[in-house]
Amino acid sequence: MPKASPWNEEQAREIIAEHAGLEGPMLPILHALQEEFGCITPAAVAIIAESLNLSRAEVHGVMTFYHDFHSEPRGRHLLQLCRGESCQSMNSEALAARVLAKLGVEWHGTTKDGEVTVEPAYCLGLCAVSPAALFDGEPLARLDEAKIGEALEEASS
Amino acid sequence: MTRLFVPKDAAALAVGANRVAAKLAAEAQARGVAVEIVRTGSRGMFFLEPLVEVETAEGRIGYGPVSPAQIASLFDANFLIGGAHPLRIGKPEDHPFMAGQTRLTFARCGITDPLSLADYEAHEGWRGLKRAIEIGAEAVVAEVMKSGLRGRGGAGFPTGIKWKTVADTAADRKYVVCNADEGDSGTFADRMVMEGDPFLLIEGMAICGIGVGATKGYVYCRSEYPHAGKTFAEAIEIARAAGYLGPNILGSGHAFELEIRMGAGAYVCGEETSLLDSLEGKRGIVRAKPPLPAHKGLFGKPTVVNNVLSLAAAPTILARGAEFYANFGFGRSRGTMPIQIAGNVRYSGLYETAFGLTLGDIVDVIGGGTRTARPVRAVQCGGPLGAYFPRSLFDTPYDYEAFAAKDGLIGHGGIVVFDDTVDMAKMARFAMEFCAIESCGKCTPCRIGSVRGMEVIDRVLAGIKPAENMALLEDLCNTMKFGSLCALGGFAPYPVMSAVRHFGEDFVPRTLAAAE
Repeated sequence: MPKASPWNEEQAREIIAEHAGLEGPMLPILHALQEEFGCITPAAVAIIAESLNLSRAEVHGVMTFYHDFHSEPRGRHLLQLCRGESCQSMNSEALAARVLAKLGVEWHGTTKDGEVTVEPAYCLGLCAVSPAALFDGEPLARLDEAKIGEALEEASS
Repeated sequence: MTRLFVPKDAAALAVGANRVAAKLAAEAQARGVAVEIVRTGSRGMFFLEPLVEVETAEGRIGYGPVSPAQIASLFDANFLIGGAHPLRIGKPEDHPFMAGQTRLTFARCGITDPLSLADYEAHEGWRGLKRAIEIGAEAVVAEVMKSGLRGRGGAGFPTGIKWKTVADTAADRKYVVCNADEGDSGTFADRMVMEGDPFLLIEGMAICGIGVGATKGYVYCRSEYPHAGKTFAEAIEIARAAGYLGPNILGSGHAFELEIRMGAGAYVCGEETSLLDSLEGKRGIVRAKPPLPAHKGLFGKPTVVNNVLSLAAAPTILARGAEFYANFGFGRSRGTMPIQIAGNVRYSGLYETAFGLTLGDIVDVIGGGTRTARPVRAVQCGGPLGAYFPRSLFDTPYDYEAFAAKDGLIGHGGIVVFDDTVDMAKMARFAMEFCAIESCGKCTPCRIGSVRGMEVIDRVLAGIKPAENMALLEDLCNTMKFGSLCALGGFAPYPVMSAVRHFGEDFVPRTLAAAE
């Protein structure tokens, strides 16, 4: 996962300008800013609002509606464990509980060393090879604790 | 040079397809053998992934599931000329899982390079679009109407009627929106199309654009599908460069532009009106209907909102004619349905077939029972808002009306199998929890009802007035079913009530159950 850049208003304005010509540019802008800076800070919300001629409340409302966007930075790596019924049929809930306990976090939590954030996902479309996860956007399936451990280790080395 | 085929479908990648491809290349080089590795979509036999295919004199021969450690032994066994090996499955199309299928939408998936225009053309690509241009807008809509195609997203609304409504609505600008927010657990057919045969969806959308007079299309893809999003975005660029999209497609005078947009993790955006709000850059809140999106959709303009599979059926219908398509099927469910067999099942994958198989055939015969080799206890059909079916309903034919008659739904074609260790009260509670997490918040029955639903089930399981609370749960489900604005709150009662009805023995106070 590429490291997020530190906040830079000028760069943020450029990113917004790149997308401002689209029909309904809000989601593309939020995605692009989060990809660059790791999260959508209140400062970012303010300049999106200014650029799109909306109130900050409107932008805040949109941003907080979607599970993907967040206002605080997260871990260096993102582990999205699927909680869909298909994965549950292959005991994903017990697996998730063990992974969370091992990392010492709850759902949406980040490990103390800032290494990994664990989010639930509600289906990754990998239901024929359950249980599944996305780790930094790469799919993992037919999962067990060992496979998740391997992926985490590989990422931190 | 021998050609090898290795899928790059996300589910194949998830079980190591990239490592297999890398090892194949390295081993071939070490042995001084010239091979070309073509990355394809998946055939849909996920129990065999990673599935490696070799082009031989007799056709393509498959080996799977292959792990990197087995590759040296494949070379030793002369797999490059189809040699015998324990992983050899013969010709993939002759495999028992494939032989009974009718592949129309998925005819190319797993066979061609998804981003090769030459492959797409060589496998009957663009024939539907060319015929659409030839016969003109009105005839295109009539053809789709005649095919009997019904929306494959879940609601099963006749696609032709939707197209006709948009075609008949005058406006300066119209849109085609493809709902690729495939959020239902147990479904992956849209993902397979976008990753494995993206030009098919582009062709389908262009046909729709010509039919209804729309000049702009959007594909709304969920963010949980980063690979599908990436492949599809590349496919759009390739198609545009070749003149299949743009201001004058194939010199026909029709303009059609296409853009992909990524969602942001909200399940409710799979509901068409909330999807439209999300595309417009708003919170994904469900709109009240009417007005229908066909009259006032994206940015207030007439809009076709169709699922990936509905749009991907259009090229077949146009290329081969409505009658060809309508000849498949059962009752009022015409054509083929890509059934997605998932969860705890031995032969998991995509099974495209005409409607009418029984649920038991799909689960026990095609699916081969559970992966854990325990008895099948429950099957959830149609995603997280679909009913749980017990074995006693396995004679139900796979068809929109037959499922509705059993208080179930086909939805987007997902089937999730559970073995006898499943706790159905827990699954019912999860349905309410899921609804609470994903509710857009606009209507009270869904927003509050789902939270109350969790609490009521918790009280039953804690032994607090279980009989009264079970009655309350049923009452609450009725309120949600009839009082919710969209299918999220309206259908969440299906898994809950089907669990209660068919697996009532699981809804007992846990302290009592433990004491017994």
